[in-house]
Formats: sequence, C-alpha cells, structure tokens
Amino acid sequence: MSDTHTNAVPALYGIMAEFTNADALVAAVRKARESGYTRMDGYSPFPVGEVADELGFPRSEIGAIMFIGGLCGATFGFLMQTWITVYDYPISIGGKPFWSWPMYIPITWALLVLTASLSGVFGLLALCGLPQPYHPVFNVPQFARATRDRFFLCIESTDPNFGDGAGVKTFLATLHPDSIAEVPE
Amino acid sequence: MATVTEPATRGHIPNEIFPPHPEGLLGGNHDTVTLGDKIADVVIGGSTPKAWWMWFLFGFMLLQGLVVGLAYLFYMGTGVWGINQPVAWGLAIVNFVWWIGIGHAGTLISAILLLMHQKWRTSINRFAEAMTLFAVSCAGIFPLVHMGRPWLGYWLFPFPNNMAVWPQPRSPLMWDAFAVSTYLTVSLVFWYVGLIPDLAILRDTAKHKLQRMAYGMLALGWRGSAYHWRRYEKLYLLLAGLGTPLVFSVHTIVSFDFAVAIVPLWHATIFPPFFVAGAIFSGFAMVVWLAVPLRHYYGMKDFITDKHMELCAKVMIATGLLVSFGYFCELWMGWYSHSLYEWETTYQRIWEGPYWWSYWCLITTNTIIPQLLWIKRVRTNELLLFLVAGSVHIGMWFERYVIIITLSRDHTPGAWGRYAPTEWDYAIMVGSVGLFITLFCLFIKFLPMISITEMREFLPFKQGGRDGHAVMENAK
Repeated sequence: MSDTHTNAVPALYGIMAEFTNADALVAAVRKARESGYTRMDGYSPFPVGEVADELGFPRSEIGAIMFIGGLCGATFGFLMQTWITVYDYPISIGGKPFWSWPMYIPITWALLVLTASLSGVFGLLALCGLPQPYHPVFNVPQFARATRDRFFLCIESTDPNFGDGAGVKTFLATLHPDSIAEVPE
Repeated sequence: MATVTEPATRGHIPNEIFPPHPEGLLGGNHDTVTLGDKIADVVIGGSTPKAWWMWFLFGFMLLQGLVVGLAYLFYMGTGVWGINQPVAWGLAIVNFVWWIGIGHAGTLISAILLLMHQKWRTSINRFAEAMTLFAVSCAGIFPLVHMGRPWLGYWLFPFPNNMAVWPQPRSPLMWDAFAVSTYLTVSLVFWYVGLIPDLAILRDTAKHKLQRMAYGMLALGWRGSAYHWRRYEKLYLLLAGLGTPLVFSVHTIVSFDFAVAIVPLWHATIFPPFFVAGAIFSGFAMVVWLAVPLRHYYGMKDFITDKHMELCAKVMIATGLLVSFGYFCELWMGWYSHSLYEWETTYQRIWEGPYWWSYWCLITTNTIIPQLLWIKRVRTNELLLFLVAGSVHIGMWFERYVIIITLSRDHTPGAWGRYAPTEWDYAIMVGSVGLFITLFCLFIKFLPMISITEMREFLPFKQGGRDGHAVMENAK
C-alpha cells in the first residue's frame, strides 16, 4: 500500500436509513422512488411484498425457471424410459406393447418435480448471488438488527442521483429514520 | 465504521400488553423480538434441558440395535430375518411403509396448509418437516437392506453400464426408487430453503465465534433484501405447490408396490387413496407425539397452543375415518366381487387364519380408539391425545403387518406358509426408532424448531408482524 491510499476515504457502497416498522420502510421506498432514486434496496427480517413492489420488482423470474426446469426433467424422463423399453432393452412382458407409455408416468412425474425444485433452488441462489458471506451492508453495525426487528433502506452509490451522498443524506433525513449510516464498500 | 448518527446497540424496549390472539394460535405476550429470542435461545445459548439428554441417550442406545442388527445382517445375509417363501417381504417392508407414512405429514402440513391459507401451520411446519426428513431416512434403510446385496443398490437407477442392461421402468419397484429419492430430495430443499432466513437470525444472534461461523456458512450470506425475498417467496410457494401432489404421488406409488401385484386383497384400486389417508393419519399422530415434549420441556405452549393440538386431532379423526372406510371397502370388495380368492383371503385375514388377532389389533387401535377424538376433552387433554396418537402408531404398524402377512395365504393352500419375525427383525426396527429419536434430538439442539421468520410474519400487526403468512399474495 502506498501512502496516498492510507488517508483515502473508503469508497461508499451507499447510504442506509433505519426504520422501526415495515410500513415505514414501504413509505420510505415509495418516496425515494418518487424522488427519482432507482438503485436501492430494502432489507427486512421477514418478507414484506410491498417493498419489492415499490422497488419496481413486481415479478420474480423463479416461476419461468422452474417451469423450464420441470419441462426438461419430464421430457428427459419420458424419453429415457422410451429409449430403455423400446430401443435399447426391449423385453416382451405378456405380449404388452413395448411403448407402454402410461407406465412411464410415475417416473416422468418424479423427475419433473425433482428438476423443477432443484432448478428453482439453484435459480434462487444464482439470481441472488448467494452464497455471498460478505456484503457491504454488513459493515453497518445497526444492520445486525436487520434479522431482528429493524427495517433498512439503502440507496446505493451507483444511483445516478447519488453524487457525493450529501443530497441522499438530506433526503433520507426527511423520512424520519431512526438512524442514517454510510455504508463503506 | 462510518456511522453518522446513533450507536448500534439499544436495549429492547419492554413490550406492551397485547390482546389474546383471535384464533387462539398464539399465547404469551410476544413481539418480534421476544418471539425470536425465545426460539433462538434454545439453539444459541439456553441451557439444554435434562430431558434432552435423557431422550438423546435413550435414542442413541436404541440406535445401537440398528448398528448391530445391520452389521450382523450384512455378515450373514437376509436369512437372519424371519422372511421365507411365501412371506418374502416381512418386517422390513412393514417398517418401510410405516416410516414413509409418518414421513408424509411434514411436507403435507407445510405445503397443503400453506396453499390453504391455514395459519396454524406456521408453528408446526419446521419440526414436522424435520420429522419428514428423518422418517424418510429411516424408511430408506429398509428396502435397501432388504435387497440382500445393498452395495448393489445403485442398480435400481438407470445408468449406462457394461452389462448392457437397464432396470425395468414398468415396475413399481423402480417407480418407488424414483419417488422416494425425489421425495427425500425435495423435502430436504424445501426444509433448507425455509431455514435460510432463520440461519441468518442465528448468525446475527450467535454468542460464540464457532456458532457465528457455522450458521453464517449455512445462511449463505442471507441479508433480507427485498429482491431476494420476492424470489424466495415465489420459490417457497412453488415448492409447496409441487410438494403437495408429490406427497400424494409418493404414497400412491408406495401403494402400487402392492396394488400392481395380483395377490388377493392387494390388487385393489382403493389402495392409493387408502395409503395416502393412512400416511397423513400416522404423520399427524407423530406430530402430536413430537409437539407434546416440545411444549413440555421447552415451554413452547405460547406457539404450539392447545388450539394447534386440537386441530391436529381433528385432522386425525378425518383421516382416521378415511382409513377405516378403506378397511370397510376391502371387506366389501372381498364379498361383493364374488372372487373365491378375494373372499377366502378376507376370511383368513379376519377370522380363520393364524394372524386373525393382528387384524383385530388393527381395528381396535386404528378405528375404535381414535373415535375418542370426537370428545373435545380428549382433543384438548395432552395426555389423552398423546395416548390416542400412540394407539394410531401401533394401529398403522399393524395395518402394514396385516397387508404383508396376507402373503401367507395365497391362492392355493399348497402355497400357504407362516411368518414370525426374529430378534434381528426387531433389533433393526427398534434401531430405526433410535435413529429417528437421535436425529430429532440433534435437530432440536442445533436448529430452530419453529420457523422464527414465519412466526414473526404471522404476528398480528400490533405485535410487529404482518398478521399471517402472506406468501400467497407476496409470491410473484
């Protein structure tokens, strides 16, 4: 590290405001959006759907991912059984047809559920960028209560209106939060 | 740290007095903080009750039966069991179906009751899901060791191999392998996904570095972002939506193991619904058995209230009647079908055969005794409810015993036989109970037994929550 870096102010990830209840967070996100902020996130100890609505994330991608995953699994399962019983290892059982497709349904269904579920779980992890044990928001001491009883709004420094952060702090103060903190990168 | 205003730690403000919960699903005087602390303390710092050690050591002792029983079984082969021709299935399959039945209520409570907007699911879903995982693990042992050469168990699954053969996908035994392993996997991810926010709570309240690191790793860095919650709730809802038909299909497929065969009284279309109802019946009986000690030793009566116990009892009586209707249908079809074999086997089962007593044990414990649940005093009395649930455990075990023992009376008297389990059968059976108790005790000690996140959401608005589980509305 050269001397020029030691005195440098740590880069800001964003500015964070703390609220005591979910409704205050919902109202804060709405006002922030109305004031023109776009890059922000709300944090809550339990899911509050209205926060995501206000953030402009009305619909997640999970449904489509699971649908495609399930479709792939079911198709694979059905074709695999067809391949086994018709082409690669045909066995005549009581003269019944080789392509006895109703008997393939249980395994097709099991694979549908299995692949849909697993693609949903891995899809969630991939979209959320988890596992990610370290994140700038954890640098704020108050944030320890984000899994307890506090609700946070963080306006991120990538926001076009962020500037040097002073304007953001002034704006957040108008929302009457419990505390305002800088989030170091 | 670039803190601008307030210091981080402030004491929890003593709570106000809240009115009693309108549906009786919550006791005490909890807000989000006291509720979370109460549940998390069991794991994070609270002292371990003596009863935990008692149960853990008891379960661990029984578990040795499994260890010794399996070691001897692998050394000698399945001849150490009482199985023979014609009764080739024996206790291993009785125990398999018994355990898998118990394993169905967990996902059912979690999934169906979630879809049905039943708020009472919230306090019991976590430990019921754990029950599912452990019961399915116990169940999985039996068909595996029953194969005789369990190290070749992977032959059940299709994979390209140098013998150029494939398993038979038209056989219910292959369906079973897929259904049970899918069920175990999906139950595991459903349980784990539900745990992630709670693990983050434990990470943030941990007292030791080791705890913080362990729960921190397991929580995957969960931070409660609104974007994450939106995806999370959608995933949770869809897993519930897939889990519900999965529960039905898995036990249907287990019943196909019997119903697809041409053995008299097995070859019946009543089997799938009858098995599913029986699974839910025994699963709720096990939920009662687990909830009573949790209420008693851990003081969880605020969350698992008398109302919860009563609702479990009501589900038990409904499913119990469905099961009893199944018994009636079996008799009816035996008579009405005018099939010589069906009727003779029925007659052997209930009166003439050597195992008539097991049928009447079944009817007594599974049909007659559960009728006590019509009485409100029985539903609300912990001890009586516990005893009735115990009767259901015995009854559901006998149900599978009666079905298996039907093999002793096949179509022609020349093929008849007898069956008696040996001490090794019982050692493995008791050992599987030990495995279940041991795993459940470890779960209680290391993971939150009730979902803190969902309970907080369930709290009424005044108590800091969202007045119920809003996953149906939030999941988009």
